[in-house]
Amino acid sequence: MSATSCNHAKEADRFTADRPRVQWHDQALWFVRAKRDAAAHAVEEWEQLRETASQIKRHTLARLPEYLEQFEENALRLGAQVHWARDADEHNRIVLRILQQHGVHKLVKSKSMLTEECHLNPFLEQHGIEVVDTDLGERIVQLRDQPPSHIVLPAIHIKKEEVGQLFHQCLGTESGATDPKYLTEAARGHLREKFLEAQAGLSGVNFAVAETGGVIVCTNEGNADLGTSLPRLHIACVGIEKIVPRAADLAVFLRLLARSATGQPITTYTSHFHGPIPGGELHIVLVDNGRSRIRADRQFWESLKCIRCGACLNTCPVYRRSGGYSYQHTIPGPIGSVLGPLQDAKKNYSLPYACSLCGSCTDVCPVKVPLHHQLLTWRGEIVRRGLLPWRKWLEMKVVSWVLRNRRRYQWSGKLAGWAVRWTPRWMLYNRLNDWGKSRELPEFPRKSFRELYRNRNGRNQ
Amino acid sequence: MAETSRDTILQSLRAARLESVELPELDPSWSQFADPRARFAQVLESVGGRCLSAADLQDVNRQLAQRTEFQQAKWIGSTVAGVDRVNFDVMGVGDPHELEQLDFFVAMGQFAIAENGAVWVSDAQVPHRALWFIVQHLVLIVPADQIVHNLHQAYQRLRFDHAEFGLLIAGPSKTADIEQSLVIGAHGPRSLTVILL
Ligand code: SF4
Repeated sequence: MSATSCNHAKEADRFTADRPRVQWHDQALWFVRAKRDAAAHAVEEWEQLRETASQIKRHTLARLPEYLEQFEENALRLGAQVHWARDADEHNRIVLRILQQHGVHKLVKSKSMLTEECHLNPFLEQHGIEVVDTDLGERIVQLRDQPPSHIVLPAIHIKKEEVGQLFHQCLGTESGATDPKYLTEAARGHLREKFLEAQAGLSGVNFAVAETGGVIVCTNEGNADLGTSLPRLHIACVGIEKIVPRAADLAVFLRLLARSATGQPITTYTSHFHGPIPGGELHIVLVDNGRSRIRADRQFWESLKCIRCGACLNTCPVYRRSGGYSYQHTIPGPIGSVLGPLQDAKKNYSLPYACSLCGSCTDVCPVKVPLHHQLLTWRGEIVRRGLLPWRKWLEMKVVSWVLRNRRRYQWSGKLAGWAVRWTPRWMLYNRLNDWGKSRELPEFPRKSFRELYRNRNGRNQ
Repeated sequence: MAETSRDTILQSLRAARLESVELPELDPSWSQFADPRARFAQVLESVGGRCLSAADLQDVNRQLAQRTEFQQAKWIGSTVAGVDRVNFDVMGVGDPHELEQLDFFVAMGQFAIAENGAVWVSDAQVPHRALWFIVQHLVLIVPADQIVHNLHQAYQRLRFDHAEFGLLIAGPSKTADIEQSLVIGAHGPRSLTVILL
């Protein structure tokens, strides 16, 4: 893990330097958020579904070891093979071993934030395996040698002109082409070839059902499905928190997932894999990679309820205006800002501060992860662990000292009004004033509210 | 090696006790519709699919003959007996890669869901599961009396007690990964027609 820390505000500067792009990004995500709202409001029992989903997750997480064992038993009974990985490294080695045992050197992959988290692609490539991400957005970022900038919409930060340029270079499309239909068709042709050549398919998993031993994968493009129905070998990588107890529970989660993600009533394809393809093999890799530690954390365990719908990203005013890469973490946005410090608090200390505590994330979350509460809790934790840079720490101390005392507070108001009026501009707006980088201080009134109130009362009496 | 990781993970999970919560009962009465058939058709159309009704197989053939993608199709396969112009024997295919040429495929769907416009299909209807994804145009014939209101009812019907691949299909394959513009025909079928029979 990197020892250097990421500063969200600094990283965001790079993104916000291009004003029109920030606005465009913001609107693209707001459009998705609006679709989510319409879909959610059309379901009468939406709130009841959220509460039920949250309860199912709470129940499952409490009894996770039992459910994992039950899942394994049933998956084995259906003829799948089950592997357990403690961390990313073990996960990658298991996948490589399976591929090598089958002599695979061409692999098609569908979207999986877990394999992103484990950095599986570079690992496999180092070992001579061609890995092709088949989700269109994911393929675009792969060709650009970038990670996804969003967990559901991996290429949301890229403009069609840039896709056109990229496809012109990589896929030989006409130069200057920007029509999404034309570009998608080109990608379809290119990826069809990859699907037909592949010797194995790897997918993430949305839900793993303990009671049946099946794994469920949701896509709109059909890429996970095509990629695992042509080759004889399917590897499914699952975070251990993806378990649900009963097949019937899928109804609750599937009704929430696509509506929260993109406003669709359900994704185009919801594949239920129970056992391997006839004559083939299904390998299920159950991955911990820090999840058991998060589960044991009294403050943050509820973040494991997340079903990765992306709604909290789409609604977040900070994410929309700073872009996924400013988080420098596999999962950006509100949920990433909770999970990031759980993985590495030192590196990701700034993420809980990339938040206005508006609470919108908590409102839209389909499984009721108390996101903004957790972000606030993290801020306290970061101070307690001494991870806050001295300047921010000092600012907080001063503010807290002032606010704790009535007299100090009154005087500070006067002092600030006076100071803002008389201090030269260069002293107010400089490197030290982060706040003033893109904002102007308001004009301070000559009299405070208190003084006005006192004067008025004086007149009235 | 895999053995010990399994133990480590399960042990560390067992070491942390979480407050237990009851598994909630699911209410199957959620979201019912006055006219499930109309609702299904409306939702399917809204996600880019097409919903037709037919009186019998002859009617199916008559309606298929009117579709341009059917007229233009070179290779047509079907697992429903009695479909006209079938010239590709999907049952005789050994290697699913050969299905790449298939332009048009007609199969039975088991049941439809009014709430979200999805149809349930499984390995039981086809020799290769790749058929659902690899064909250019897909037609599903669903008995008109097999429409459930919502997903809860769908899962009440389904049993997962043996190795099988099952799938909900709601519309044609699609993507919006380039600037959020919806494009139909990502990797899978470019069109989906559901015929209620
Ligand atoms: S935290 Fe909630 S809203 Fe955010 S991605 Fe996870 S499930 Fe969706």
